[in-house]
Amino acid sequence: MELLLAVILGAAFGFVLHRIGASNPHNIINMLRLTDLHLMKAILFGISIASALLFIGLAVGVIEPSHLDVKTTYWGVLAGGIMMGIAWPLTGYCPSTAVAALGDGRKDAAVFVLGGLVGAYLYMIAYAHLEGTFLLKKLLGGNVTLALTPDPSCPALINGIPGVIPALVVAVILGLIAWKLPGKRV
Amino acid sequence: MTRQWNWFTGGIALGVVFLLAVFLVKPIGVSTEFVILDGIVWNALSDNLITKSPDAKSGYSSTNAYLNKSGGSYAKNVINPIRYSPIFVLSMIVGALLSAKTGGPQPTAPDRIAPEVWRSRFGEGGTKRYLVTFIGGVLVLFGARLAGGCMSGNAMSGMMQTSISGYLFALGIFLAGIPLAIMIYDRK
Repeated sequence: MELLLAVILGAAFGFVLHRIGASNPHNIINMLRLTDLHLMKAILFGISIASALLFIGLAVGVIEPSHLDVKTTYWGVLAGGIMMGIAWPLTGYCPSTAVAALGDGRKDAAVFVLGGLVGAYLYMIAYAHLEGTFLLKKLLGGNVTLALTPDPSCPALINGIPGVIPALVVAVILGLIAWKLPGKRV
Repeated sequence: MTRQWNWFTGGIALGVVFLLAVFLVKPIGVSTEFVILDGIVWNALSDNLITKSPDAKSGYSSTNAYLNKSGGSYAKNVINPIRYSPIFVLSMIVGALLSAKTGGPQPTAPDRIAPEVWRSRFGEGGTKRYLVTFIGGVLVLFGARLAGGCMSGNAMSGMMQTSISGYLFALGIFLAGIPLAIMIYDRK
């Protein structure tokens, strides 16, 4: 059953990435140089909708809390983001969009994926040396969120009120940004 | 004439997919599977990379510290690749192909080597493009693994759950990416 869901959800994700133009590096680069923000608007709007419905679903008990997977916060997250941010305007690909771009027959995406396999391998080797340094040391209690979730292992920065309230506030803000940002610059 | 979805339709579709994934199984993530594929190749070439170990939480341990972390959970996933996440990632390729075949945006032959904005800045040649995307791929996956996830797994799935790690990762990406993109391509 789970494998069938993998096929369906994976295909749906690849389809949507392709159909919104995210698997085309031209659009990613133009988003980063701020000449065409349609992808940025779509991404922010998507997060806004998914987050609002996720927290409503958790609050009313429709979504299983054990499905949540909150990643750990540490300085390496920022460092890794900067590394990706340096490479992103050059390549126009992130791991997901490059995989989707393989379905478009893009050769530069295939080269990116090969480079990615080398990069992941280098990290596997480097991990033993990074472990125990400040880069991987947990911050703010580790897998921390802004809004309180039903997962007791995740500390939240905003306590004392139901998580759905701050989550909806953030979702509305992200949605407003998505709506107000300009689209394509002419 | 573009056959791309606009931001509104695209945003709803993206939101629905991310929500369905966490509702039915778990949040979307892709970059871990690069490690799993590396592990499969490495394990095939090595005699002792991964061994059965009843003491480990997952039942497997590895001589590689990264595969061995969290009770050998990556090591176990390398041994059993027919699981949700690898199938999900492979299926993404099919999904993109389906979109292309059913009226989605179509790249031209030169687009398949380098995007238009790259060609107008650096020319048509493939060699330079491939060299840069290869090095870029190395940097992106090293960075994604250092951060514990990529754009999908860390930034989007993370911000959906209001995870601080998701905001921090997105901050890093755009802090470096936007000024660099403007410097490299300018805004003309």
